[in-house]
Amino acid sequence: MRLLVIGAGPAGTRCAVRLAERLPASAVTLAGAEAALPYDRVALSKLLAGDATMEGLITHPLALLRGLGIVYRPATPIAAIDRAASEAVTTRGERLGYDRLVLATGSSAIRLPLPGAALPGVVLYRDMDDVRAMLRAAAGGGAAVVIGGGLLGLEAAVGLAARGMKVTVVHAVGWPMERQLDPAAGALLTRRLGLRGIHFAMPASTVGIEGDTRATGVRLSDGRVVPASLVVMAVGIRPSVALAREAGLPVGRAITVDDAMRTADPAIHAIGECAEHQGRCIGLVAPALEQAEIAARAIAGVACAWAPRAESAALKVSGTAVWSAGDIATAGDDCIVLRDDAEERYRRLSLRDGRLVGAVLYGDTADAGFYLDLITSRRSVAGFRSVLPFGPAFVREAA
Amino acid sequence: MAETRSTCPYCGVGCGVLVSPAGAVRGDPEHPANRGRLCSKGTALGETLDQPGRLLHPEVDGRRASWDAALDAVAEGFRGALAEHGPAGVALYVSGQLLTEDYFAANKFAKGFLGTGNIDSNSRLCMASAVAGHRRAFGEDIVPGIYEDLELADLVVLVGSNLAWCHPVLFQRLQAARAARPEMRVVVVDPRRTATCEGADLHLPLAPGSDVALFNGLLRHLHASGRRSEAAGLDAALAAAGGGTGGETGIDPALLTTFFAWFAATPRTVTLFSQGANQSSSGTDKANAIINCHLLTGSIGQPGAGPFSVTGQPNAMGGREVGALATTLAGHLDWDNPAEVEALRGFWQAPSLAAGPGLKAVELFQAAGEGRIGALWIMATNPAVSLPDAAAVRAAMRRVPCLVVSECVRESDTVDLARIRLPALGWGEKEGTVTNSERVISRQRGFRPAPGEARPDWWAVAEVAARLGWGEAFAWEGPAAIFREHAAVTALARPAARAFDLSGLAGLTDADYGTLPPTRWPVARPGEAGGRLSPPARFVATPSRPPAHATSPAYPLRLLTGRLRDQWHSMTRTGAVPRLMAHSPEPVAAINPADAAGLTDGGLARVASAWGSAVLRLRHDPAVARGAVFVPMHWTDRFAPAARINAAVNPAVDPHSGQPELKHTPVRVEPVGMAWHGFALARRPLGTALANWTALLPAADGVWRHELGGLEAPAEAFARLRVLLEEPDAAWVVLEDPAAGLHRAALLRDGRLLACLFLDPAPALPARDWLVGLFADARIGSDARRALLAGAPADGPAPSPTICVCHGIAAAGICRAIAAGADTLALVGEATRAGTGCGSCKPEIAALLVAQRIPEPA
Repeated sequence: MRLLVIGAGPAGTRCAVRLAERLPASAVTLAGAEAALPYDRVALSKLLAGDATMEGLITHPLALLRGLGIVYRPATPIAAIDRAASEAVTTRGERLGYDRLVLATGSSAIRLPLPGAALPGVVLYRDMDDVRAMLRAAAGGGAAVVIGGGLLGLEAAVGLAARGMKVTVVHAVGWPMERQLDPAAGALLTRRLGLRGIHFAMPASTVGIEGDTRATGVRLSDGRVVPASLVVMAVGIRPSVALAREAGLPVGRAITVDDAMRTADPAIHAIGECAEHQGRCIGLVAPALEQAEIAARAIAGVACAWAPRAESAALKVSGTAVWSAGDIATAGDDCIVLRDDAEERYRRLSLRDGRLVGAVLYGDTADAGFYLDLITSRRSVAGFRSVLPFGPAFVREAA
Repeated sequence: MAETRSTCPYCGVGCGVLVSPAGAVRGDPEHPANRGRLCSKGTALGETLDQPGRLLHPEVDGRRASWDAALDAVAEGFRGALAEHGPAGVALYVSGQLLTEDYFAANKFAKGFLGTGNIDSNSRLCMASAVAGHRRAFGEDIVPGIYEDLELADLVVLVGSNLAWCHPVLFQRLQAARAARPEMRVVVVDPRRTATCEGADLHLPLAPGSDVALFNGLLRHLHASGRRSEAAGLDAALAAAGGGTGGETGIDPALLTTFFAWFAATPRTVTLFSQGANQSSSGTDKANAIINCHLLTGSIGQPGAGPFSVTGQPNAMGGREVGALATTLAGHLDWDNPAEVEALRGFWQAPSLAAGPGLKAVELFQAAGEGRIGALWIMATNPAVSLPDAAAVRAAMRRVPCLVVSECVRESDTVDLARIRLPALGWGEKEGTVTNSERVISRQRGFRPAPGEARPDWWAVAEVAARLGWGEAFAWEGPAAIFREHAAVTALARPAARAFDLSGLAGLTDADYGTLPPTRWPVARPGEAGGRLSPPARFVATPSRPPAHATSPAYPLRLLTGRLRDQWHSMTRTGAVPRLMAHSPEPVAAINPADAAGLTDGGLARVASAWGSAVLRLRHDPAVARGAVFVPMHWTDRFAPAARINAAVNPAVDPHSGQPELKHTPVRVEPVGMAWHGFALARRPLGTALANWTALLPAADGVWRHELGGLEAPAEAFARLRVLLEEPDAAWVVLEDPAAGLHRAALLRDGRLLACLFLDPAPALPARDWLVGLFADARIGSDARRALLAGAPADGPAPSPTICVCHGIAAAGICRAIAAGADTLALVGEATRAGTGCGSCKPEIAALLVAQRIPEPA
């Protein structure tokens, strides 16, 4: 059986490995658009900050893939899928036949359609080439603006600051990482990053990139201009669905899949950031890897279904552990807040009907598993509410 | 430098102490009262020496004054009052805390020269009923027995005495004797199951105030079993005893039968009685009902037998000896005997000697309230707290134009009301004698310099007397001279045979006085020492009658007041010692769970009577009899203004002794709803007005505990209190759960804990001990910091109350040791050190041993 995986990111590579393990008699091909060997995209921030080398990011050396019988095709962007012929067509016109196809095309970083967005000095933050461009710019020092105060934007800011640049983060919301953090935790993070010399303009929006031949600054909607020789756009991702759409597969925000990660075409699966399951897309590596496992099992003929867990995000920003899960919307006052500003620890637990529905942990995430379990199991916390914010060691439930 | 030999200033046991130059206190092995033992309060004496808040100089009208000016003002006040009201309009209210010499001077001043009988002592609250009972039975105020009788007895009956807490060293002696002679029996007669009941052979939980009925029943039983006596009054006493068999006591008849049988069959029986018997509108009859039974068995003054009144104060006996009660003259001389009155008038050269008794404590303050007292001099006592109907007493003091207070402390509920404040010497500073409950006179000796301008009370009295023109009669050089005069007065009764005779001490030199060893009276000739006394006695008819005020549907419960183990009176001395506060750190009212419908354990409750009310934390306590409420009498404005229980106590008094009925007031107990309960711990006291209900308590060196209850919204209170606790450069750790009403915060600077604030809608807050302990750390650890607002370490034992204050051992530690196999007091002591200090906590350890005893397999 010919198995083709398009996309050599973490999800695609994991799926290819599992397929090779489960179906040793088949021919597994892994096609990646980038020239590099499969690498840890999440660790790009370390590369930027100088905490890792490019080689150190490689997760699957060629020998490992070969040993599994996987044919790895780097620098092989796919232009089209010919479902009638069960073939994928590369940009060079080569046709790769398949019996089962896995789409793991991931996403692309969004480039804001601003005046000057195409100027030299304006980069995205998505892959190794982007990091290389940023490192080149940082070598000259000077000022940088990062547009977007989400996780990626902050990582870029921290990395550039570590490389000696004067960094300003422009963020549309009043506090960074608003999808993972509430305003209080966001404020702690802002303060922590401020100690590293990172400035914030928020809430603020960018109306244009200044510069004639290359970027010289960022103009904000209030008229201010923040000078910058490097502008990094980290304002979000867009699932890469062009291939699937052109092949006639149903696409919503991303490629529609069932519980077994199958698209409308039973021969084609989609996993990771390019897939949409029950109306929801994922943006984190852990569920993407779970989907890769599910797809491999389904293709191997094992009945299985992906059950999304409560969405949780464990992050490390500038040495500070941050974790959140469930519903962290700030509306409603049924929440418990424990904060130690001097020690940079913060916990916010959201409750509904005596059950934990969301949690934000900042600075100390050791009890994340406990809270995730409570959110997932929907167990009542009424018996130990007063010690809930102190973690499982304090909970002595009546036997 | 050698240790100073002195006497403990707390209860009437009168233990000898040895004080090192550094202020360390240990029991005097040579003192007959304690032979080296001390209780928790005595052991902590050294910690009370450097009392903050001493009154250091005289004050007049709130301003510092010279002694001359202050004494002039006192003299002027008394002169004016005498002119306006005559002798009936001046008064002194003194204290069992005074030394005999101070007492003597005050009594001579009042009765001899002011010419008034209006000098009464707070002993009126303590054992006036015993005094009256003694005088009715023996013709004189005589305690026949000595402490050794408790050890020689085969049966000890404790009536209205929580001996384990209130006279701990006597209790220890009793326990040691029982350990040596296990056949010895102990019966406790008390509406409450107190710590004294631990290990007792029989507890008779009688209805409050029904003691007379009990002993009348016993008298009839003894008579029915053939006991006869030649002493006068038996028939009348039997007739008064009526036909009842003790049913009014509410005691199980089987228990009564056992008690009667034991008493009848045991020649060596001591009946020890104390405030529980005395503080009653029939207190004098109780004393006589007890004496009647011993008279019928012929056991008065016999080794190991007899009635035994023990006093509450260190020198209540001294006050009785000098006659510093409104009802007595001086030196056991008798007003009813004109020859004795004349003898005293002549001896003192006091032509205006008072013609007869004056106003007793409760009457005195009632007279003051009616504007009939122009000058009142209060010494060493806190009537604003300790008298019944305390709100009326405060109002009365405000009506006295010249209110003088001699005190050690600058602020107390009473000092605050005074016009003239005179700084007094305290324990360890003053020189004189005290007499304990077994008639042993002991020296209190000074070993510290006078603080500020503080002077002896006798000196202040003498100076005022001199200003009023009576200087010659008060020209003593020192306490030895006063003591000699006191001893000489006792001889004036001759030829009457008076047991109280100190003639043999009237010739003491100053040097003899300086080295006077503990000496039991009578001492008729030099070198003698007194022993047991068998005074001629008569029976007194004691018809049983109910307490003055009956319960009613509006006030269905009976309020009993009493003491805590580690506190003394109005806490001006003990309240400042954190480890003494650790044992019972909150103002609590205890009620039987069966009477507590609608009253949450740990919630706040108002104890209300027809006279007033107090709000305290309520504890369900099966040790309290059905229908009763127990409240400690210690709490004052300084600590817990809402918890002053004497505001609710009825002003009923015994018709013979004038002693107030502090052990029986009809009350109701109603819940006091609070929006939140909480506590604040801080390194400074924040006052007693932090919330609608506040108790302020010292918790450990420099840490103050504020127990709180409030009516405003918890979030509002939290914000308000945080502002009060705020410190510069400090950071908060905060926990807020507004939906649950839970708010907690801790304030730290550089890792050092500065304050904690816990609010909760329910009174179920974490124990404070662990948090208080963290204040000692220069920098609290990371784990502790994370656990701060949980109020307990994750892996720590559930916080539990402190039992052993000497070594700071909590109940949980003791229970662990018991669970690990320590099944005796001695083994618990080896394992935990609990109970190996002063031993005052042994009854509570014994109770834990019983509670945790694992039943033998059947």
